[in-house]
Amino acid sequence: MNDLFKLTLKQAAEGLKTKEFSSKELTTSVLDRIKKIDPKIGSFLLVTESIAFKQAEKADKLISENQILSYLTGIPFALKDIIVTKDIKTTAGSKILSDFIPPYSATVYEKLEGQSAVLVGKTNLDEFGMGASTENSAYQVTKNPWDLSCVPGGSSGGSAAAIAADLAIYSIGADTGGSVRQPSSLCGVVGLKPTYGRISRYGLIAMASSLDQIGVITKNAEDAALALKEISGYDSRDSNSVEKEVPDYEKFLKDDLKGLKIGVPKEFLSEGVDIKVKETIKRAFTQLEKIGAKLIDLSLPRLKEAIAVYYLIMPSEVSANMARFDGIRFGKERGEFGPEVKRRIMLGTYALSSGYYDAYYLKAAKVRTLIREEFKSAFEKVDVIAGPTSPVLPFKIGERADDPLQMYLADILTVPVNLAGVPAISIPCGLVDGLPVGLQIIGDHWQEGKILNTAFAYEKNYPFNDKPKL
Amino acid sequence: MRTYLTTIGLEVHVQLKTASKMFCTNSAEYFGAQPNSHVCPVCLGLPGALPVANEKAIESVTRFALALNCRINKQSKFDRKNYFYPDLPKGYQISQFDLPIGEQGWLELDGKKIGITRVHLEEDTGKLIHANVNGEKVSLIDFNRSGVPLMEIVTEPDIESPEEARSFSKLIHQIARYLEVSNADMEKAGMRFDANVSIRPRGATKLGNKVEIKNINSFRFLEKALAYEIGRQVEILESGGKIIQETRGWVESKNVTVSQRTKETSPDYRYFPEPDLPPLVFEQAQIEALKNSLPELPAEKSKRFEEEYSLDKKYVRILTEDSNVAQWYEKALSLYSKEKSKILANWVVEELLRIIHDKNLIINGVPIEPAGLIELLTILDKGEINQTTARRVLVRMFETGNLPSRIVNEENLAQLSKSEDLESVVEEIIRENQKAVKDFKNGKEASIGFLVGQIMSKTKGQANPKTAETLVRKKIYGNQSGS
Repeated sequence: MNDLFKLTLKQAAEGLKTKEFSSKELTTSVLDRIKKIDPKIGSFLLVTESIAFKQAEKADKLISENQILSYLTGIPFALKDIIVTKDIKTTAGSKILSDFIPPYSATVYEKLEGQSAVLVGKTNLDEFGMGASTENSAYQVTKNPWDLSCVPGGSSGGSAAAIAADLAIYSIGADTGGSVRQPSSLCGVVGLKPTYGRISRYGLIAMASSLDQIGVITKNAEDAALALKEISGYDSRDSNSVEKEVPDYEKFLKDDLKGLKIGVPKEFLSEGVDIKVKETIKRAFTQLEKIGAKLIDLSLPRLKEAIAVYYLIMPSEVSANMARFDGIRFGKERGEFGPEVKRRIMLGTYALSSGYYDAYYLKAAKVRTLIREEFKSAFEKVDVIAGPTSPVLPFKIGERADDPLQMYLADILTVPVNLAGVPAISIPCGLVDGLPVGLQIIGDHWQEGKILNTAFAYEKNYPFNDKPKL
Repeated sequence: MRTYLTTIGLEVHVQLKTASKMFCTNSAEYFGAQPNSHVCPVCLGLPGALPVANEKAIESVTRFALALNCRINKQSKFDRKNYFYPDLPKGYQISQFDLPIGEQGWLELDGKKIGITRVHLEEDTGKLIHANVNGEKVSLIDFNRSGVPLMEIVTEPDIESPEEARSFSKLIHQIARYLEVSNADMEKAGMRFDANVSIRPRGATKLGNKVEIKNINSFRFLEKALAYEIGRQVEILESGGKIIQETRGWVESKNVTVSQRTKETSPDYRYFPEPDLPPLVFEQAQIEALKNSLPELPAEKSKRFEEEYSLDKKYVRILTEDSNVAQWYEKALSLYSKEKSKILANWVVEELLRIIHDKNLIINGVPIEPAGLIELLTILDKGEINQTTARRVLVRMFETGNLPSRIVNEENLAQLSKSEDLESVVEEIIRENQKAVKDFKNGKEASIGFLVGQIMSKTKGQANPKTAETLVRKKIYGNQSGS
């Protein structure tokens, strides 16, 4: 009973359903684990113990009346602190919002509350999601559970580390240029960023509106399928959310990949990628072939422009999105912004200035369309595209903190996906020197089922059973 | 002194009449409401909140642009206009930059075409209130107006005088009301103007440096501000000075414009496409349908009224100023007779609208239906009452809401046309006015008018003056022949 925190979402939901244990017991186990372990990790900015117990009690009542609303009923989860929660402090990892108690909740949190899910806390992140190591949080450094001297990745580092360390059964993050997938890769967990428009962004504090997408971080691919289904869907409050039926993703999960065509772009394994990461990914390709997939060599030459495009479009949108924190209504002066936020505001302001707009923002927007088209035509030939999630293994805390350009390159394999708006998942596919490597599987728009199936079949046949020692 | 030519271009902002705000579900009817009572995460610009475009507002602007003969962009979009001001909660205004809903239109004003550069949609800002709270000077922000849909109409520099600017603005106001896209309520700042003005000596081809005057909120102030500004510019040029290209504000209390900022310090708005809103796409069929749904516009209506009803320009202008009045007139006329269009126009303009104006009412709020006025005019035509009584009855109709026949009956207002009804009054008047009778007998024909007047006054206007006159003559000559 004391080890309930170790359960996957599927296992926990079954345990609650069969009344093997209660939501309160499960929640207690997770909260105890947080108390014991999180001081070492620093995943949480806020632990919402009393709220969690109230929600667990409500869930237990529903369960006792056989009113289980979804897989998520009664299950403890962690929420990236960039998603607003009514009456619960939401900081976006920034000093600017250190006293911000939102008067409303994000659609995704409303959905979770509606299913009687249990919020155990709000997780750490790079300030406003800007970073790839969670070192840009104004509050604390989050450590990688696999090696406490390493970063967990970012910006959803708190959410990913929490799952790696069993501090929640699943967690919710947000991904603008890799912020769900890259920390999931670095922490050896599963991270899924769905198609842009699949999950409502209403209440997700915007970093770059045309790129931001909420995603899930779970212990395995099956859990990702379950969680994704419950938080997806059209929302009339988000004009970019799409009125499209949410499939039962669980139905896509099969043990083999017979007939699946996997595209392998050579650009994903170019010289920038760590040799050990490359080897691990190549091994994973062979394993995928063994379970029925057909590998097809691809070239996506536009990918080399992706970082440049991303670092024009993203800061441009950032410069506008940060303008509301003007020192008038949120109680804090703009000087409270961290250096990375200031840097992006300045980059974006410059890129949008009269006389530079055409050369920077507009040009980038055009190349973005080309990248999107390149993906589109690739998906006419293959079902999914695979490669590494991160070009490097988890790096040391402080190692890249003073070199923004190096930090930006951490996103090189993940940003094209956001630019194209397609879904992608990162799953662990092995350890190098005791540190996890993530395999990224990218699908066409709305093809979450295919990437989940690929991920599921892989982990069924080549399970990743290692756990960090804590 | 040289003579100067004036060049004016206008930017007219019109608040749209929609149930909810431009990008959220809050009520847009904020006037007079408690400050910050019509707000939500979206119009407060709270982190995480997202805009959703009001379709009614988009339709309204499209219809308006069509009424101004604009080309509708099949691909339109919203853009972010970035600038800092405390009343702008997001730090940017959602507006439209390079693809406005409508472009390249025109509007005819007194036979002259004024070019319309563009018609676009944006959101209004909040409002700053500078107050004294507990002896301390503070600035407060009311976000009730934040996010109210605002239509902006930009003209070409085709306007040549302050009077023309005023007439043009009034026409925009009138069209907005005809299309029912806006109440354009001047008292509630439902319509605001910015004006660009320059002057050049007659004969010069190059336009002078332009000055933008901002924040004008009435037709009168628009005319005054422009007149002041032209005067100021003439004075500068006449004394050998140069006009600085700048933005000036109109100061109501002093009737002057004052410099706000020069070209060098003008902001760079860093427009870029609003990523939170998908592009607007219009199908040709949709545009055609909206075009066909446009009501008859003021110019067409005036022309038709002049031709079809043979009315004077003055009456046409008054009857067509408000489409509700025009509609009321035509409904009444259909119950009456087309030949009597002038009589009816006279009654509507001189009597009905005068009362409505005096009582500060609007035509749709009065207790008189077209059928009621026509009943009154029919009774008048039949001679059952006279003109004076008819006017009295109309006033009573306003007061009681009753039909004219009932008022005439209940208040005994029918005209006294029969001799026997007037006999005793006539005798009484003759008795009391012997001097006038004598004068008349001595050939002073005008005295008969005086006597009839006395009878009218005695009967409170009910006497049929013709009957009364015949009777007076009969009595006087009768007496004469009898003496």
